[in-house]
Amino acid sequence: MRTSLPEAPAGSPARPGNRRLPPLVLHILAALGALAVIVVLTLVTDEFTNLRIATVGYYLIAVAGLTLLTGLTGQVSLGHGAFMFIGAYTVALLVRRVPAFPLWADLLLAAAAGGLGGLLAGAAAARLRGPYLAGATLALAVGLPALTRRFQDFLGGSNGLSFTVHSRPAGLAGVVPELRWQTWIVWLSVLVALVFVVNIVRGKLGRTFRAVRDDEVAAALSGIHVGRTKILAFLVSAVCGGLAGGLQAYLLGTAAPGSFTPALSLSLLAAVVLGGLGSLWGALWGAIALVYFQAWSEDLADALHLNTDVANNLPLAVYGVILIVVVLAFPRGIQGGFQRLRGLLRRTAEKKENHENH
Amino acid sequence: MQEFLDLTLGGISAGAVYAALGLALVIIYRATRVVNFAQPALALISTYLAYSVTKGTGSYWLGFAVAIVAGTLLGVVTERLLIRPLRHRSELSSIIVTLGLLLVLQAIAGMIWSNEPLAYPYAFDFVGRFSANDLFVVLVVLAIAALVLVVFKYTPLGLRMRAAAFAPDVARTLGVRVGLMLTVGWGMAAAVGSLAGLLATPPFLFPNVLDGVFVYALTAAVLGGLDNPLGTIAGGFVLGVGLSYVSGYFGPETVTIAALVILVIVLTLRPAGLFGRAKARRV
Repeated sequence: MRTSLPEAPAGSPARPGNRRLPPLVLHILAALGALAVIVVLTLVTDEFTNLRIATVGYYLIAVAGLTLLTGLTGQVSLGHGAFMFIGAYTVALLVRRVPAFPLWADLLLAAAAGGLGGLLAGAAAARLRGPYLAGATLALAVGLPALTRRFQDFLGGSNGLSFTVHSRPAGLAGVVPELRWQTWIVWLSVLVALVFVVNIVRGKLGRTFRAVRDDEVAAALSGIHVGRTKILAFLVSAVCGGLAGGLQAYLLGTAAPGSFTPALSLSLLAAVVLGGLGSLWGALWGAIALVYFQAWSEDLADALHLNTDVANNLPLAVYGVILIVVVLAFPRGIQGGFQRLRGLLRRTAEKKENHENH
Repeated sequence: MQEFLDLTLGGISAGAVYAALGLALVIIYRATRVVNFAQPALALISTYLAYSVTKGTGSYWLGFAVAIVAGTLLGVVTERLLIRPLRHRSELSSIIVTLGLLLVLQAIAGMIWSNEPLAYPYAFDFVGRFSANDLFVVLVVLAIAALVLVVFKYTPLGLRMRAAAFAPDVARTLGVRVGLMLTVGWGMAAAVGSLAGLLATPPFLFPNVLDGVFVYALTAAVLGGLDNPLGTIAGGFVLGVGLSYVSGYFGPETVTIAALVILVIVLTLRPAGLFGRAKARRV
């Protein structure tokens, strides 16, 4: 996915055919391919695994948004969960109060609401940097869910809002289980959003983002409006977060403050760092890790008969250790590891070729 | 008027705690240019140790002492094991590592002492307007702040620490053990942080108890200028009183968001903090 990396050797053989298609078409084709894979995966797995696949889906778009913000523009946000919170409550409120709206409109509005929050946060954040920004976004993560208790009647207090969505077309009842259908909807939305994100990252705007990350002064000198660029990155990232939260609420049928603790925001950051800062493929590995570390630690706790105190806190401990170990020992994360492996393989292949030629 | 007075007095004792935890952040930031996001977790672990010791021995003050010592050691170990290797890395690396430590320590606290709230005692009687305990909190924080300032300004140790922070290469040439000074800084900061944790925790102790306090402490430190201990202490008291009004008149749930709003407004108007001198930004 990072074909624009400068370290790609100039003489690397271009794959013929692929290069002729415009990138947007390529990305749409890739998304359709990915959707097909997901559909097949959900068909051959049980309901429980379906739910996990759907969970990976909405985490993927949340982590991708944060990757764009932190990896591409170098802004650390410890409040990404706050945008998921906004998205989830938007869906919950719309389903309960405006049942006439179709699901796609709910999700679109969740993304828009997240984006609006991101615009506000970004406008403030454009003036902040490094630890200041981290502190401000942490305040967002701690403070926003607390508002559910202030507006108890409207936002349902600490129990949150629950609701039911009937999104499956009547004709499919009995053919496709509800959860499988929901998984498809989640991934369809995620892939549509990802096509947008990938195009941004690969396009002119992505280069602007990287320019701001690498050297603000140089970027400003070359005519980039640094503040506006930072706000834009916050906006895109928050739209992804809002959509992710909306999808989560749609999937679980509930929106509650307990799901959007600061720990969620920090584990999203852990996913970004683990996957590899700045790579959208890394977002996928990070999202998978987020879901499966949770699952494995539950299995492990069951298998070892750990008490609930240990079991409940195991995932957080794991995320914390990941953050520390990855930064100290593997700063480029999983995707960095893959890239190194690929480079190694290519070099050995080239060496072999050279041997055969001589 | 009665309510206003109560809110003001309550705000002063809350502000003392923000000032103390903010001071811990500033000591480390001055020495190493790192904002220690793990500070609340270091304080949390020492408060839990205080809880266990107090419960075992029945003595509040023994627990208190154990907590300060344990907190200091935790700070020293953190600097040596986690921060030292990141010396030449980006700002992002140290932010992420201290956040990782925050998650690990909070999780460990939950594993050992459970996520359920435990009753943790006040040092003194806490009933009434500006109780004995409130007075104790304010006096302790002021005393500690004065002690820290005196150490920094008037002792050879403080001189070496300042030299190590501001001009490490020159200091090294002159025989200052720069690494040791950084470790001492982390130890001092963690001790002050643990003290703040002990004062802020009652009546209930649970793994996330200091999250909010930390946000306010960070806000106080930013208000005062992350480089400026005196400003941070003033920032802590100003913030404590301000947030107490917000809590009283708009509801306690709005306080964190109010802190965020204050943070953003102050940084927009005065990027170096309320009491900081504006300085050209180094590129």
